Amino acid sequence: MNWSWLGTVPFFLFACAFLVLPSASLVIGSFQDNEGNFTLQNIADLGQPSIVNAYVLSVQVSGVTALLGTLVGGLLAWAMVLGRLPRFVRAFLIPFSGVASNFAGVPLAFAFIATLGRVGFVTVLLKDLGFNLYDKGFNLYSFWGLSATYLYFQIPLVVLILTPAFEALRPQWREAAESLGASGGYYWRSIALPILTPALLSTVVLLFGNAFGAYATAYALTGGSLNIVPIMIGAQIQGDILHNPNLGYALAFGMMVIMTLVLVLYSWLQRRSARWLQ
Amino acid sequence: MKKRSSLVAWLFIILGTSYFLLPLIATFLFSLRAKKDSLGFTAYQRVFADSSFYETFLFSALMALLTIIASLLLLVPTVYWAYLRHPRLHRLIELVSLMPFVIPPIVLVFGLIKSYSRPPVILVQSRGLLIAGYMVLTLPYMYRAIDAGLRATNVKTLTEAAQSLGAGWPRIIWQVIVPNVRGALVNGAFLTFATVLGELTLAQYLAWPAFGPYLARISQNKAYEPAALTIISFALTWVIFGIVLLVNSKDQQQTQFGGTH
Repeated sequence: MNWSWLGTVPFFLFACAFLVLPSASLVIGSFQDNEGNFTLQNIADLGQPSIVNAYVLSVQVSGVTALLGTLVGGLLAWAMVLGRLPRFVRAFLIPFSGVASNFAGVPLAFAFIATLGRVGFVTVLLKDLGFNLYDKGFNLYSFWGLSATYLYFQIPLVVLILTPAFEALRPQWREAAESLGASGGYYWRSIALPILTPALLSTVVLLFGNAFGAYATAYALTGGSLNIVPIMIGAQIQGDILHNPNLGYALAFGMMVIMTLVLVLYSWLQRRSARWLQ
Repeated sequence: MKKRSSLVAWLFIILGTSYFLLPLIATFLFSLRAKKDSLGFTAYQRVFADSSFYETFLFSALMALLTIIASLLLLVPTVYWAYLRHPRLHRLIELVSLMPFVIPPIVLVFGLIKSYSRPPVILVQSRGLLIAGYMVLTLPYMYRAIDAGLRATNVKTLTEAAQSLGAGWPRIIWQVIVPNVRGALVNGAFLTFATVLGELTLAQYLAWPAFGPYLARISQNKAYEPAALTIISFALTWVIFGIVLLVNSKDQQQTQFGGTH
């Protein structure tokens, strides 16, 4: 009998106590009423229009910032790695990306209020130039405002993740393609993009999760005015709005289900990309 | 052709950089306007004169430190042991360390409150629960850092060599394994530090006087101080990240040294 697995027991005890048990208790609570009887009512209540809207908005903000973030961050990483720029661009952009991708929460929200709020720097600047952002329908405390703010930590994360992928594109492949008569566009469509696709897809999925769980930035930016799921759960913990903790557990359970799907997708893409690049 | 692609690249870089610099410039300019009709560092003076700035900062820094210590004590022996004896458990540990990705902080804190606010175990008012929560939040970084460090080290050979010289387990871990993965540990530690320092969700709902809730409170009640605090916390992030970069480059030199022997 081999007893050496005992060395890993503290870790698994810790994980059970502070990771598995809390999540399991939320899942169980989702299927209970206030007296502890089994019910599907909480899950059914997730179908209320306001809750469905919150999930849709959360998924939209996460999806849009994941896609836009990957696009913009990808273009930046491309420009940095393959754009024949002087070295200092990279020497600046990489550490800056490290800092900016960690710059979230209350300070980030405040930076955007100072920039794109009603009396923010850029808003006032554009107004002086005769363009009123807020008359044109922009509002920092709405969908696009929140997305613009999230992109501040999403884009640099992409730069960090995709830089190695762009570096892995060998110049010889392009030379070989060109010597066989391929145009630049053809090279990108048929060679570079297929090679980058697995990395791009898993970046999108990672960013989705990053935005989906974000609470502090949204809270500091909009208070409770924009209904995304994390904000709804936060209100539920304080217990002064919905007065139904079990519905709150169901909300949290819904988030875990969505994130589990995302993680499954992520690992599937990872495995695929690993196989692809062999 | 080559010239054109470089121009497009410049365009992207300039557009991207302005998107990142504008909010910082705007915040900085705003922070200078605390005194009517003149620019100055009044807002910063007020921030540094506020005693709760130091108290909350010290509280969060202390919690971050305790989180790092507890994480290292828990994770280093575990990951090491799994590498040495249990490749299969290693996969399971990896899976568990990814779980915080599925459970956002707001969900985690809700679960912790639900699990530990009534008998048999009441922990909601204990610092231990906050630290445990932080350990969970930073588990993915910490695990990855330790895993990367051990992967680059020949754990089995080192252990067998130490054992053949008569070293016991605590000595092997402390004097053989830890020095070899020091750079990786410092990386994980600083990432943890940066994360815990500004963390809002856990501290707010477990009701601790931490730096994150302080920032949130100030930004709701004051006009210019939050701008100053934003600039200060951006600078702090740079300092932390700078140390990581410094340690990283030093560590690379060390590994190169090791390679030439």
